Amino acid sequence: MTTNLGNVSDQSVAGEPVLTIDRLQVTFATDGGDVHAVKDVSLEVKAGEVVAIVGESGSGKTVTAKTILGLLPETAISSGAVVINGNNVISVSKSTLRKIRGRDVAMVFQEPSTALNPVFTVGWQIAEGIRAHATDGKRVSAKEAKKRATEALRKVGIPDPETRVDYYPHQFSGGQKQRVVIAAALALNPGLIVADEPTTALDVTVQAEILQLLRDLRDNYGTSIVLITHNMGVVADLADRVVVMYQGDVVEEAPSRVLFAEPRQEYTRNLLAAVPHLGRHSASEGARSRLHQDGKVLVEAKNLTIEYPGRFGRHGFKAVDNVSFTVSENEVFGLVGESGSGKSTIGRAIAGLNRTTGGSLKVLGYEMLDFKERSFRPLRKEIGFVFQDPAASFNPHLTIGECVAEPLVIHTKPSAAEARKKVGELLESVQLPASYAQRYPHELSGGQRQRASLARALALNPRLLIADEPTSALDVSVQAKVLDLFKDIQEQFGFAALFISHDLAVVDMLSHWVGVLYKGQLVEQGIGNHVMGSPQHDYTKRLIASLPVPDPDEQARRREAHRALLGG
Amino acid sequence: MSTPTLTPPRQPLFSRLPVVSHLKKSVGLQRGMLIVGVVLSGLFILTSIFAPLLAPYGYSQLSDASGSFPTQQAPGGNHLLGTTVGGYDVLSRVIWGSQTAVTVIIVSVAMSLFLGVALGLLSGYFGGWLDRILVVVADAIYAFPTLLLAIVISIVISRGQSSFWGGIFSCAFSITVVFVPQYFRVIRAETIRLKAEPFVESAKVLGASSLRIIGRHIFKNATRTLPLMFTLNASEAILTLAGLGFLGFGIEPTSAAEWGFDLNKALADTSSGIWWTGVFPGIAIVLTVLGLTLVGESINDLNDPRIRGRKRAGRTPVLSATPETGTSETPAEAGKP
Repeated sequence: MTTNLGNVSDQSVAGEPVLTIDRLQVTFATDGGDVHAVKDVSLEVKAGEVVAIVGESGSGKTVTAKTILGLLPETAISSGAVVINGNNVISVSKSTLRKIRGRDVAMVFQEPSTALNPVFTVGWQIAEGIRAHATDGKRVSAKEAKKRATEALRKVGIPDPETRVDYYPHQFSGGQKQRVVIAAALALNPGLIVADEPTTALDVTVQAEILQLLRDLRDNYGTSIVLITHNMGVVADLADRVVVMYQGDVVEEAPSRVLFAEPRQEYTRNLLAAVPHLGRHSASEGARSRLHQDGKVLVEAKNLTIEYPGRFGRHGFKAVDNVSFTVSENEVFGLVGESGSGKSTIGRAIAGLNRTTGGSLKVLGYEMLDFKERSFRPLRKEIGFVFQDPAASFNPHLTIGECVAEPLVIHTKPSAAEARKKVGELLESVQLPASYAQRYPHELSGGQRQRASLARALALNPRLLIADEPTSALDVSVQAKVLDLFKDIQEQFGFAALFISHDLAVVDMLSHWVGVLYKGQLVEQGIGNHVMGSPQHDYTKRLIASLPVPDPDEQARRREAHRALLGG
Repeated sequence: MSTPTLTPPRQPLFSRLPVVSHLKKSVGLQRGMLIVGVVLSGLFILTSIFAPLLAPYGYSQLSDASGSFPTQQAPGGNHLLGTTVGGYDVLSRVIWGSQTAVTVIIVSVAMSLFLGVALGLLSGYFGGWLDRILVVVADAIYAFPTLLLAIVISIVISRGQSSFWGGIFSCAFSITVVFVPQYFRVIRAETIRLKAEPFVESAKVLGASSLRIIGRHIFKNATRTLPLMFTLNASEAILTLAGLGFLGFGIEPTSAAEWGFDLNKALADTSSGIWWTGVFPGIAIVLTVLGLTLVGESINDLNDPRIRGRKRAGRTPVLSATPETGTSETPAEAGKP
C-alpha cells in the first residue's frame, strides 16, 4: 500500500471498505411499464481489492456500475445506498457528486475509441478532469495539469509520454487508447475504479496487456477495482472476489478461487459449465490426419488476395494477402483471427458479398475472380450464410416464418401450404416450436433468433455454410446451446462449413481443421487441437497464451508462461 | 409450447396507426402539444369536409334572396365576420378556404411522396451515375428559393388562367417540385444505410433479385419517417399556397376560396381601419400551420426514445418480492432443456 492515494489513504486502513452498496434497487420507466433492472444488490469493495460483477446481458451489472458514479438516466429511480467515503451517491447533491467523480471514483468505459473526444489531445482530456477538481483550495494551472497528465500516461505504460501527451486519440492503437482512458481515470488517484467491460472491445492479445495493467495498478497503487464483465476468463485472471448477478439479483458472492472450484448455486454452475474452455470438447480430438478429405473440394483458395481500393493517391489496403486453403465436403474449417485479420472478408468473398482482386478462389467450381451476380445466382442456393448479429439479420417487418421461407420462395417457388410445412420442419430441426413462424424477430430472444437464422441458412439444404461469428453476440449460456445445435445439425445434414470466430475455444469446439489469420495472412493451419495444443507460429503461440481460461489457478500459470513468452 | 411469450400479441391496427400510437405513449407536455395539434388539425380537416354545411354562403356568393351583400360591413348581423370590399362573406371564404388548402395538400404531398420515394429507393440502392445525376438535380432544386420556383412553375402550368382544378394543380405541382428533393434525400439516405444492414445482405446471399430486395426489405424499413415528413410538409404546403395566392398566382375568387388571395385583397383595407378582412384568413393560416406543425414535431419527439418523456417509474419503492415483470431481455431459453 502506498500513501499516494489522496484522501482515501487516511481512511483506508487495510480492510476498510471503499465502496458499500446496500440494498440497491433501480427501476426504469419504459414503454412496456416499469422494469426492475436491479432488485436487491448489496456488496462491499475493500481497499486494494478487485471485485468482479459477472452476469449475462440484462442481469443489471452495468446499471449497478453506473449507479456507483451516479450516471443513471433520468428515466431511472434508485433506492438503497451506495456509499463512497461516507457520501451516499444516490442522495448527495449534484455538486457533491461532481466532486466525488474523478476524485474518489472513476470509470473506465468499454469502447475506448468512443470514450475519447477525437478533436482534443489526450493530454487535454486527462487534464480536464484534473482541472475540474481544485487541490488544496486552489485551481490547478494548465501547466501543472499537463504535467500531471504526462505522469498519468507514464503510469499506464504509454512510451514517451512527454511527446505523446499532445497526440490526438486517432494516433493511438486500440489498446493504447484504453490505456489513455485508464490514465484519465487515474489522474486524481481515486481509490476506486469502475471498469465496465474494459477489454470486451479489444483483441485477446491486447486484452492480456490491459488486464496486466489493471493488476499492476492494484498492486502498485492499492486502487480498488470494480470489474464488470461477462467473460469468465477475465474474471479468473484478475478478480479477488466475484459477485454473480442474474436478473437484477445477486445470486452468489464468493472469493474467486472458491467460486470457480465449488460454485454453490445452480445458476453459477450452469454459467461456468457453459463457458467454452480451450482444450476441452475439441471437435478434432484424437485426429491424426485431416478429417473428411475423401469428398469433393468445395472451396479452394489459391494465393487469394483481396484488396480494398485506397483513396486517391494512396495504396489500397490488402485485407487478405496470399491465402491458400481448401474446404472439403463434410468438413468444418475454422478460421480464427483478431479484428482486422481479414477473416470476415474471406467469408464474405466466398458468399459473393466482396470481390476478390487476385489469386484464385473457387467456390463450388465457380471462379470468384470473374464474379457476375447473374451467373453466380444459381449457386447461391448451395450456400448458406449465418450472420454475426441475429437481431440485425432479420427484416424487422417480416415474421420469422416469412424470413425462413425467403430462400424457398426465391429458388423453388413453393405453394403457401408447402412453404408453411417446410418452415415448420426447419424450425423444429433447430429446436424452435413451429408456431414461432408467426412471430416477429423482436419477439424472440437472441439465441432463438440465431437458431432461426440457422434454419434460414439451411432451408435449401446447402452444401456449404458460412458462419461469420455466429455466437459472438450471444450470452455464454445461449452460446453453448447454439454451438451444440450447430454441431448436431452439421453432423446430421453433413454440409461443409466455414466457421469464422475470434474465439479460439469456440473454434476448437466445432472445427476439424483450423486456420489462423494474422494481418491478412494465413500464418498457420492444422488439425484443430494440434494448433491449439502445440502452436508452431509465434503469433499463434502469443494468441493462445493470451487467452484467459476460466480457472484462476490455471490462469495464473498461463499468465506466467505468457510473460515468459513475451520476455523471451 | 413451454416457452413464455415475450411480448404481448400485436395490437389491433387502429392503435398502431401513426398518430394514435403516438398519443398512447406520450405523457405530460408532449402529450398536451400533440393533443392541441391533433385538435387543430382535426378542426381544419372537419371544416373542409363539412364546408358546404358550415358556410352560411357560397365562396363566390355576392347576393342572396334579400339582395346584394353590403361591402366592407363590420362583423355582426347577417355576416358574422363581416364582408370584403368586393362583397364576399368573410366567414364563408375562410371556411371554404380550408377545402382548397386540404385539396392542395393532398394532391401535392401525394405526388411528391410517390416520386420522391420511388426515385430515392432506386437512386440509393443502385447508386452509380443515376444516383449522381439525381443528387445534383435535387441539390439544384434545393438551391432555389422555394417561392420563386413555385411561381415559375405555376406560370408554366396554368399560363395565367385559373379554374378550380387548374389552380389547385398548378399550386400542387409547384409544391411537389419543391418537396420531391426532400423525400428523395431522406429515402435515399435511409436506403443507403439499409443497404449495408445484415438483413439486406442476407437476402442478397439468398439470391433475391434487386427488385425483390427493394420492394420487400428496404421499402417498408425506409419509410418509417414519412408520417412525420407528411405533417411537417403539409404545413409548409399551406404556407407556399398562401404565399402564391398572396402574390397573385393563386386561384381566382370565382373558382375557389383561398386564404392567401384574400389576404392580398385585404392589404388595402388595413389603412382604412377595416381589420376583419385580413385578420380572419390570417388566423386560419396560423392555426392550421400551428396544428400541423405541433403534430409533426410531437411525432418527431415521440419517435425518438431518448427525447420521449415517460411517466416516472413506480413512486413507491418496489420490493424485490414483486413478481417478475417480463423484461424483454429474459432469455426464453431458460424454460427449455
